[in-house]
Amino acid sequence: MRVSALALRIMQQFVRDRRTLALLFIAPLFVLTLMKFVFDGQSVSPDIGIAEMPAALTEQLTSSDADIQSYSSIDEAMADLRKGNLDAVLTVNNGRPSITLEGSDPSTNKAVLLLLQNILREHVNIDTSLVVSYLHGSADMASFDSFGPVLIGFFSFFFVFLLAGVSFLRERTSGTLERLLATPIRRHEIVVGYLAGFGVFALLQATLIAAYSVKVLDMYMVGSIGYMLLINLLLALTALTLGTLLSSFASTEFQIIQFIPIVIVPQAFFSGLFNLEAMNPWLQKISNIMPLYYGADAMRGIMIRGEGWGDFGVDAYVLLGFSALFALLNVIALRKHRQL
Amino acid sequence: MMSVPLESSLPPAIVLDEVTRSFNHRTIIDHVSLTVQQGELFGLLGPSGSGKTTLIKLMAGIDRADSGSAHMFGVHLPKLEMLHRFGYMAQSDALYMELSGRQNMAFFGKLYGLKRAVLKQRIEEAARLVNLTEHLNKQVAAYSGGMKRRLSLAIALMHQPSLLVLDEPTVGIDPVLRRSIWQELRSLAAQGTTIIVTTHVMDEAEKCDRLGLIREGRFIAVDTPANLLAQTGSSSIEEAFITLGTRMEGGAVR
Repeated sequence: MRVSALALRIMQQFVRDRRTLALLFIAPLFVLTLMKFVFDGQSVSPDIGIAEMPAALTEQLTSSDADIQSYSSIDEAMADLRKGNLDAVLTVNNGRPSITLEGSDPSTNKAVLLLLQNILREHVNIDTSLVVSYLHGSADMASFDSFGPVLIGFFSFFFVFLLAGVSFLRERTSGTLERLLATPIRRHEIVVGYLAGFGVFALLQATLIAAYSVKVLDMYMVGSIGYMLLINLLLALTALTLGTLLSSFASTEFQIIQFIPIVIVPQAFFSGLFNLEAMNPWLQKISNIMPLYYGADAMRGIMIRGEGWGDFGVDAYVLLGFSALFALLNVIALRKHRQL
Repeated sequence: MMSVPLESSLPPAIVLDEVTRSFNHRTIIDHVSLTVQQGELFGLLGPSGSGKTTLIKLMAGIDRADSGSAHMFGVHLPKLEMLHRFGYMAQSDALYMELSGRQNMAFFGKLYGLKRAVLKQRIEEAARLVNLTEHLNKQVAAYSGGMKRRLSLAIALMHQPSLLVLDEPTVGIDPVLRRSIWQELRSLAAQGTTIIVTTHVMDEAEKCDRLGLIREGRFIAVDTPANLLAQTGSSSIEEAFITLGTRMEGGAVR
């Protein structure tokens, strides 16, 4: 009852505030569109698995830039490719080199192909026309298709974080929180009410972004749109709980903005937008505490590799865990304003 | 939990016993004891920063005392259920500007568990009382200062609390309406509602049953307006307040 009253109030406030609605719904689409036009890929050193290859070619490959791993059979190599441990598998079939690319990241695809073509050109005793096949994706997948899923996650996260943080802060600065806490509402009811009220808009936003990305921007998408919405919603939930929690530690709107370089920007770096392979492995572990990392991983899996629950389920649980943790901390943080 | 003897008449609305509260090593409320009987209209006077708001929060059980105890209607505080019997109008209007007056009232009404039919009726009653009926569907952002104050008051009255705390209720309200609000407060008190009002308006202070003059976290006097005047030989509450304040400072020097 109280929770629904609070949720209803938040919705009523939202509907009256057109600019905020625009920020929530239009801004992500605008930025995504810009990104599509602007971005281009970056190069990496690929991991290539080889199996059943002539010794001379193996030797030449090993001395190249790529990280080469030898397998005793092609099946073993393919299994590792599916697990995501490799970027490509190279073998020789009837004297013709044949490569299978993992395919999720177009810039990696390009790097692998370029490298192999250079090596094969020097190696004259076999046919140089390379047979290329893709595990996921295709030859005409653009860079944007690859990090698009990450961006979708990022923008739902970013805008919901900002809005939730500011509106919870306003509740405090306008004195309405004080008044709210003079009623018999329980602290957890406040947090859950906020989740419910904002959740409705977060779901709308997630649907809009997903539909726009797939239908209008024509992003590469082989998975289920229901899963895509689910992950987007979970990300928004995490952003919502984190935003309201952190607003307890801000006293003005401007201070909420100050959280962006501390909380949001690092997540963008670690979310998979940039390839982290060159980074110190110890530093790479930081991504484990970034909610966006899990959301982006799941989104990419669903959209490019068509993953099902079995593949991204862990990501979903981790996001739920983050939300629950932040919500709980928020209930505790509210003690500052009322002991009960 | 404290048990109230059966043969006793009504338990007092508020009992504070040696209550102390400090923030960041600054003592805001310093060993305050106070008893307010049910149906009393009690006025709280004091300069800003004297601890009025903190004292109110302790009375309501929103805040917990560092030492000493607080009871509301015989129940040891803090206790969430007691907030059902407590109505609060804060110094800031604390309204949702984007919503209409009616939506604001409906929101707070529902937090007190008022059901649809009762809620609708109470909204109408409370709005009539503060003369806002015709503006209920307007967005609060379009309200004048006085209208916001009245809406805030209506929200505090809506769930018919047994203890009503009003922090500066009549600021920005015109004299005619102010008089009718005070008449309503008196009649609520007559029906048994305990009312605690903080005010700066001295002619309002005189309308209270008893006054507590608070300075630097302590009561310097708690008595009826008439007694306070007689005791200090003053002709107005304002004068009495100043006299008592000077006496306290003199005492501190000695």
